[in-house]
Amino acid sequence: MQAFTQHSGIAAPLLRINVDTDAIIPSREMKTVGKRGLAEGLFAGWRYVAQGSREPNPEFVLNQPAYAGASILLSGANFGCGSSREHAVWALVEYGIRCVIAPSFGAIFHNNCIRNGLLPIVLDDAAVKSLATATPLHIDLATRSITTADGRVLPFNIEPAHHLMLLEGLDGIGLTQKSQALIDAHLVRDRAARPWVYRR
Amino acid sequence: MPKTLFDKIWDAHTVTPLDDGDTLILIDRIFLHERTGAVALESLAEAGRTVRNAENVFCTMDHIVDTLPGRSDITLMPSGTDFIRSTRRAARAAGITLFDLDDPRQGIVHVVSPEQGIALPGLTLVCPDSHTCTLGGLGALAWGVGSTESEHALATQTLRINKPRNLRVRCEGLLPAGVTAKDLILHLIGRYGASGGAGCVVEFAGPAIEALEVEARLTLCNMAVEFSAFTGIVAPDAKTEAYVRGRPYAPAAEHWDAAVTHWRTLHSDADAVFDRELVIDCGALSAAVTWGTSPQHSTTVAGCVPDPAAVADDNTRSAMQRALVYMNLQAGQPLRTLPIDAAFIGSCTNSRLSDLRLAADVLRGRKVAAGVKAICVPGSSLVKRAAEAEGLHQVFIDAGFEWRESGCSMCFYAGGEAMGYRQRVISSTNRNFESRQGPETRTHLASPATVAASAVLGRIGEASELLN
Ligand code: SF4
Repeated sequence: MQAFTQHSGIAAPLLRINVDTDAIIPSREMKTVGKRGLAEGLFAGWRYVAQGSREPNPEFVLNQPAYAGASILLSGANFGCGSSREHAVWALVEYGIRCVIAPSFGAIFHNNCIRNGLLPIVLDDAAVKSLATATPLHIDLATRSITTADGRVLPFNIEPAHHLMLLEGLDGIGLTQKSQALIDAHLVRDRAARPWVYRR
Repeated sequence: MPKTLFDKIWDAHTVTPLDDGDTLILIDRIFLHERTGAVALESLAEAGRTVRNAENVFCTMDHIVDTLPGRSDITLMPSGTDFIRSTRRAARAAGITLFDLDDPRQGIVHVVSPEQGIALPGLTLVCPDSHTCTLGGLGALAWGVGSTESEHALATQTLRINKPRNLRVRCEGLLPAGVTAKDLILHLIGRYGASGGAGCVVEFAGPAIEALEVEARLTLCNMAVEFSAFTGIVAPDAKTEAYVRGRPYAPAAEHWDAAVTHWRTLHSDADAVFDRELVIDCGALSAAVTWGTSPQHSTTVAGCVPDPAAVADDNTRSAMQRALVYMNLQAGQPLRTLPIDAAFIGSCTNSRLSDLRLAADVLRGRKVAAGVKAICVPGSSLVKRAAEAEGLHQVFIDAGFEWRESGCSMCFYAGGEAMGYRQRVISSTNRNFESRQGPETRTHLASPATVAASAVLGRIGEASELLN
C-alpha cells in the first residue's frame, strides 16, 4: 500500500452532505472484476452532461479550471455513506485524490480509505468550508496538521492505528499474521466453548 | 460489570487488544457474492495467500445475475458474465461453498444467510456488502466490509477493529396493525438523520421489537447502515431459536442444547450502560415513504413533501432543495397525489416470504393500475418456491405483477436492466440514491404493503385505503 506522509495540492469543494458511494462511482461504471480502470467513472452521474456520455459537465467542480489537477476533496458530513464498494476509493485514488476532508465519513468507506493510502481527515463543518477559499493546502500526517495557502495551521485527529498504517503504508494481513499464535490459541479455546460454530 | 449484548459478543471474539488501539476480532463466517467476491479472492491469490478456513466461507450469485425466466451466465449487464464466471472460478479454486445460479439455495446473500442457518445468534459474520447488518436481526454481529478487509478476514479469520460505541434504540409501545418494521426504520432515519447512528452498534430493544417476527427484525437491521451505524442488532429470543432450528447449517443436534444455552445469555444486562439512547413511541407511527434522495428524506404516506425553507441547517436545506429538483417535486405536495410509473417488491430489505404475503394480501382480487410496471423478485430461490407452494405467485401474476427469479435485480442499476429514465418508482428496497434503480430514476422507499397498494392505486398510497 502507498504510504502517506506529506502532500500538497489543490482542494476541490464538493460541499454537500451524504455523498454516497453510488455517486462516487455508479454501479454501471464498475465494468470489470478488477480494481483498475475506474477513474473515468468517478462521479460519473455528476461529472458528465448525460449518462453514458463522456462530455464534461462544466458545472461540476472537478471540471472547473480552478480545480484542474485537484488532489484533495472537501465535502459535507457522511461522505462515502452507502454501498461498501471499495471501488469508490480505488476510483478516487486512480483519479489522483490523496485526501478527503469532511465532517464525518461512512464507516466502511473510511476503513477502505485507510487500507488504500487515501487519507480521510475529519474537521468540523465550518473548518472544512474555510478551506475552500484557502487552497492549495499542505497536509502533514506526521504532525497531523493542515497548512493553508494563507498560512493558517489546522490540527486534526486520527486514530493511532490508522495513523501508523497510513504513515508506513502497512499491510494489515502481514501485521495480523504476527499474532498467529494468539489466533490459534483463541481458536482452540473457542472450539471447546462454542463447538457448534465449527463444522469440522 | 454489566454488559451490553454487543459487549458480550465483542468480548467473546476478542483475540487480543493490539498496540495501536485496535482489537483483533475473530470472524466466524464470511459470505461473498459475485459483485465483489471475485476481486477479493483473486487479489488474495495474487498476493500468494490462501483462504484460512474455507468451510466457513460461502458465496452466492445475486447482484449481477438476471432475474428473467430462463436466465444463464449471459447477462443484460454488459460484462456481467465476467463477474459470474470469475467468481465461480475463484470460489472453486478456494474450495468455498458456492450457491451457484442453478443451485436451489441461490438467492440474495442476506436472505440466504439466515435461511440456511449460516448466520446464527452470537456469531461474527462479514461480507463485502454494506447490508450485512441485516443479520443483526438474528442476534449475530454482522457488518459490511470492503474488499481489502474481506481479504484480511479470508486470510486470517480475523479483523483489526476500533471498537464502536453502544447505542440503544428503545422501541416503546407496539406498532399499530399494518405498520411494519420498514415503516419503523424509515421513521427512525427520518427523525435522527442518515448519520444518526454513526460509529455505533445499534441495539433495537423494547416491546415493539420483542413483538416482531424474525424476518421483520432482519428488515429493521437491514437499514442500520442507512443510519450510518456500524451495524444493528436485536437480542435473540425464543422466536430466534425457533427460526434457526432445523436449518441446514444450524448447530448439529449434539450441539443444539449448548448453543441455545449460550444464546440465552446474549442480551444486554438490565443495568448495562449505553453510550447513547433514543426512544421511539411506536404506537404513534404510521406507514412511511421517502420523498427525496436520502433515506433520511422520509415522511408518512399521509404526509406532504416538506419545505426546505422551514429547515434551519444550511447543509440539510440545500440537500433537500437538490433532492426536490431531482425528484421533480414541490414543497407541500401531498405524497398521495404522486402518480407512479413502476412498483418494485424485492431486495434484501423486503423480499422474504412474510413480505410477499403482506403484499399479496393487498393485491388479492385487485389489479395493478393501467400503465404501471410492477415487478416482484423473491429474495431467494427457496422463498420463490415456498411462495409458489402457497399460490402467492398467482396472486401477483393475476394482479399484473411480473414474477421473477431471485436476485438483487432492480434494487440497484449496474448497467443492465433498469427502471426507465426519470421514472417514479415505489420500491420496497433500501436506497433512494440518485440513479440507484436506473438512469435518473426517482425512487420512493416504502414497505411491501405500501408498494402493493400504490401499484393498485397508480399513485403513492397505503394499504388501508384499499382494505378498509
Ligand atoms: S438486494 Fe440491493 S441492497 Fe440488498 S444486497 Fe442486493 S443490491 Fe445490495
